[in-house]
Amino acid sequence: MENIYDVAIIGGGVVGGMIARKLSSFKLDICILEKESDVAMGATRANSAIVHAGFDAKEGSLKALLNVRGSEMMENVARELGVKYKRNGSLVIGFSDEDRIALNALCERGIKNGVKGVRVVERDELKALEPNISDNALCALYAPTGAIICPYELTIASIGNAMDNGASLLLDFAVESIRREGDYYEITSGDRCVKARYVINAAGLYSDEIARMVGDDSFTVHARRGEYILLDRECGEIARHTIFRVPSKMGKGILVSPTVDGNLILGPTSEDIGDRDDKQVTRHGLDKVIKEAGENLSVRVPINKSITSFCGLRAVGSTGDFIINSNVENFVNVAGIESPGLSSAPAIAEYVAEMLSDMGLELIPNEKFNPIRAPKHAFREASLEEKNEYIKRDSAYGRIICRCETVSEGEILDAIRSNPPARTVDAVKRRTRSGMGRCQGGFCGTYVMELIAKETGVPFESVTKSGKNSTMVVGKTKEN
Amino acid sequence: MENRKIVIIGGGPAGMSAAIAAYESGERDILILERDAALGGILQQCIHNGFGLHRFGEELSGPEYAWRYEKKVRELEIEFKLNTMVLDITPDKVITATSAQDGLVQIKAEAIILAMGCRERPRGALNIPGERPAGIYSAGMAQKLVNMMGYMPGKNVVILGSGDIGLIMARRMTLEGAKVHAVCELMPYSGGLARNIEQCLNDFGIPLKLSHTVTKIHGKERLEGVTISRVDENRRPIEGSEEYIPCDTLLLSVGLIPENELTKSAGLSLSGVTSGAEVDQYRQTEKAGVFSCGNVLHVHDLVDFVSEEAEIAGKSAAAFVNGGLEQNTDIKINTDGKIRYTVPQRITAKGDVSVYFRVGNIYRNSKITVKDGERVILSKKKEKLAPGEMECVKLTAAEIGDATALSFSIEEA
Repeated sequence: MENIYDVAIIGGGVVGGMIARKLSSFKLDICILEKESDVAMGATRANSAIVHAGFDAKEGSLKALLNVRGSEMMENVARELGVKYKRNGSLVIGFSDEDRIALNALCERGIKNGVKGVRVVERDELKALEPNISDNALCALYAPTGAIICPYELTIASIGNAMDNGASLLLDFAVESIRREGDYYEITSGDRCVKARYVINAAGLYSDEIARMVGDDSFTVHARRGEYILLDRECGEIARHTIFRVPSKMGKGILVSPTVDGNLILGPTSEDIGDRDDKQVTRHGLDKVIKEAGENLSVRVPINKSITSFCGLRAVGSTGDFIINSNVENFVNVAGIESPGLSSAPAIAEYVAEMLSDMGLELIPNEKFNPIRAPKHAFREASLEEKNEYIKRDSAYGRIICRCETVSEGEILDAIRSNPPARTVDAVKRRTRSGMGRCQGGFCGTYVMELIAKETGVPFESVTKSGKNSTMVVGKTKEN
Repeated sequence: MENRKIVIIGGGPAGMSAAIAAYESGERDILILERDAALGGILQQCIHNGFGLHRFGEELSGPEYAWRYEKKVRELEIEFKLNTMVLDITPDKVITATSAQDGLVQIKAEAIILAMGCRERPRGALNIPGERPAGIYSAGMAQKLVNMMGYMPGKNVVILGSGDIGLIMARRMTLEGAKVHAVCELMPYSGGLARNIEQCLNDFGIPLKLSHTVTKIHGKERLEGVTISRVDENRRPIEGSEEYIPCDTLLLSVGLIPENELTKSAGLSLSGVTSGAEVDQYRQTEKAGVFSCGNVLHVHDLVDFVSEEAEIAGKSAAAFVNGGLEQNTDIKINTDGKIRYTVPQRITAKGDVSVYFRVGNIYRNSKITVKDGERVILSKKKEKLAPGEMECVKLTAAEIGDATALSFSIEEA
């Protein structure tokens, strides 16, 4: 008899990852099904990386409830998972009396939602909090509990932690059909089939398609494009807080924020589109980011220091709120998780676990569950003496592969060997920052390819940038 | 902590040349720290010829040129450590380096010669619209794949940027059986050497499209093509001029940036123009005992000039640790904007000085003028000045006289 999982989670983004980790704390056999070659490849990969304080969402909505709870949980989750987290606070700046009215309303909403310490600050205090703020800014909503985190680091860590606690991860598993067979579901992808008693649909942009596979057409999801520019680490100190504009119905506008790694992020644009796969950066979009980000600051944004630009797609649901429900027996939708989805993810996981329990899934604590994952950036931040200890134990830590970000061979090997294992150049980059610096992999790319080839036993020519047909080289020279 | 007289960061052409010069000036306590597995730096992957015309009167390949210096380093038994990456230099000249063999080590140096070279500007800095498929590489990474590892990055190639590495790779890829469809250059002129345009593009019928840039990347997994567009005088793409070129590879040769993270950690400020430190005629930076030379100081077009500059730095460092460098004047060199920068940027000792400089545009039938206030020190006619070719003027101690500042300018005819 083949294995029947207790729970199959479709989607290896931050939502699926957090749910997997939560469920792995119980005696459950669970698997994560991910259509890409690595986790955190959808909306999780490219967003603003903000843990919102929780003043945006309408009172009483799931978004408000889960955002505030998630934001409270995040610091501890990040600590357990060894993920960088910084409570840098956020500012929503106003330029007019009209904006001031909106900010006061937002502040009231924040207080109702239970956001701690939220208040409106006037110009002088604003300037003291954020010296480079635009001279045209009159006032701001200040939320000291706003924070920053790296969304894919969080996701990789939560899925890694779930796997360390027994969960399975199936990559390149694009779900094609879901069929009820007695008391379980059969989920297929090509010639692979997974059986599970409960299914969680955390498929992001494709969650409506997944729901339709079991006959649930109660909602739809569409993509909202957001383009970003990332600036060199020497620019990270231009802003201390996450700086927003007064929100509109299309979102929170173009923000300027430091990242946990010390870069400066600008974006996103906001454009609803039909294509769920269109992650193109556009001239028009980038120009808008540059212009509006610039309006938030009194100093010139040094665009010549940009190291990359990218486009993310947010999964916007048709109800205006998060869609977390069950319309089909033992099948749970966790859909339409747009902003503040990242902030809410730990609370969503808790909420979903309770739903499953109410649906009859027995949640017996797994006494072997270890919530701790060793921080992967530990070597980077270690003292000289500690680094020497690492190198003595394993000389690979003394060999620097990525020069811009100072990433050692030891760290890259660890990324390839530990859960969830990196199999592509981009997967290594997301885990180690190798190739993420100023030269964007120009020096280290070939070394990383060699390490992946050697560790995974594939030929050098088969190593890909990000799975499927994204091969880095087309063959050997002198072969044609 | 180990104490050393002269530590040289980087074992490429600049580092080796500086080491040899320091040795030949009488200093024996010299250590080269090199992060790669071999000496030679980027020359190791430059298997084309054309190196050494000025220095040796011969056309050598990159590895041959490097070997002349490496051989000398070995003969003189100058100490070098390979696979050793310097992580930090403090303002009081303590160097922290890491390697698999020694772990983390700290060395206190009396003099440091910065010779870390440069790196290529990445694509991200350009923000080209489109997705981020595989198949987009810096020209240098492609050069390494083809020349050192024996792999083809692709078969149908477009090159953006006509820097020398891009031009060299246009020829290399063609010789390896790939089709190079075009080299696009944003500017109305190429930043590469004239001889490379002739030998690497024209000889192979590869079109050089001036005032063109890549305006869109096509493909999701692997590159499928690029859209190129003509640009106006403000370098903005002209609507309607788009042309689609199917290709699986886009190589970027859009400029080089001196690699100065360590320079900054040592507490030195960088020039906004060269992205390197500012130096005097000794190639000494604003910090006594810290010298800078080669592409980390400013990007050179010929390795011959790198070697020459590094010799000055090596010789000066040896003098510094053995009694000190004479400093008896302080002359600032100013430029007029047409000249982007000079090296050195200031003169601190009386004597003959060679001043290297680079222009920011193409100037024809123009005149290079060096003045001390209203006094014209030198005026030299020049048929053509181009950003891709470094210029040099030699000034004698007598010509400089008692100047306190020199101004370098270009006058167009």
